[in-house]
Amino acid sequence: MTVKDFVQHCGYRILSCADRADKTEITGVYVCDLLSMAMARVKDGELWVTVHTNINIVAVACLTNASCVVIPENIEVEEQTVNKAAEKGVIIVQSPHTSYEICINYHLKKSESGNG
Amino acid sequence: MSSIIKKEYDIPANDFSLAGEASSNVRKLLTQLGVYPTVIKRTSIAMYEAELNVVIHGNGGKARVEIFEDKIEILVYDEGPGIEDIELAMKEGYSTAPDFIREMGFGAGMGLSNIKKNSDRFVLESEPNKGTRVYITIYLY
Repeated sequence: MTVKDFVQHCGYRILSCADRADKTEITGVYVCDLLSMAMARVKDGELWVTVHTNINIVAVACLTNASCVVIPENIEVEEQTVNKAAEKGVIIVQSPHTSYEICINYHLKKSESGNG
Repeated sequence: MSSIIKKEYDIPANDFSLAGEASSNVRKLLTQLGVYPTVIKRTSIAMYEAELNVVIHGNGGKARVEIFEDKIEILVYDEGPGIEDIELAMKEGYSTAPDFIREMGFGAGMGLSNIKKNSDRFVLESEPNKGTRVYITIYLY
C-alpha cells in the first residue's frame, strides 16, 4: 500500500511532498510521541503517528526513513515544519482521526488490499 | 590510515530549526558514497542524538566527522556545563532536560543509550564546567 492509497482511502490531507505519495510504500505503523523512542524504533517505510508538529519531526522521519508522518486530530502543523519537510522530501499527512483510529484504518485497508 | 573525507560542522545552541542539519548532511554524504543503508541509519541516528544533546544541554558546539575506508569516526563536542554523573546520565529514562524541551518530545532520557546502541564504539568524556566530548565509531562493513 502506498501513502497515496492510504491517504485517499481515509480522506486525509497531504501537507508536503504529495508528488512522492504514490511512489512511497507503507510497511507498517509506529505510534510514539517521544522523539528518541521513535528515532530508535521506527523501521524503514513505517508510517509514524505523532502529535508533535515541531520541526524536529522532519529530522526524525528523515533519519529513520519513515514513509510519512501522520498528525492526528487535525492538529495544525507549523509552516516552518511543512517547509522543512518539503525541503527534505518528508511526506506529512494531516488526519481528523485519533492515533488509535489511524492505526485501525491502516489495519482495515491492509486487510482489504491483502498486501503490506 | 588517513581519512578519505573530513568535515566539520557548527552546532548552534538552542536553535531547533537547525538541529539535525549536521547529521542530515552526513546522511546525504554517506548515501552518495553508496554506504549500506543500515550503516547510514545507525550513523545518522547516533549523530543526531549527539547533536541534539549539544543543542539542548551544551550551549552549542561542533561536530567533526571523518570517513575512512572501513569506518566512520565522529566527535561531537561542546564547552557547556558538562555531566556530573556519567553513569546516571547513561541510564535509560534519566534526563535533565527542562519542561519546554520535553514538550517538544525530547528529554526521554534515551539519547545517550541510543548513541551507544547504534555505535560500534562509543566513548563519552565529560567533567562539570569542562564540556562534553562524545566519540562515535561505526564500521562500514
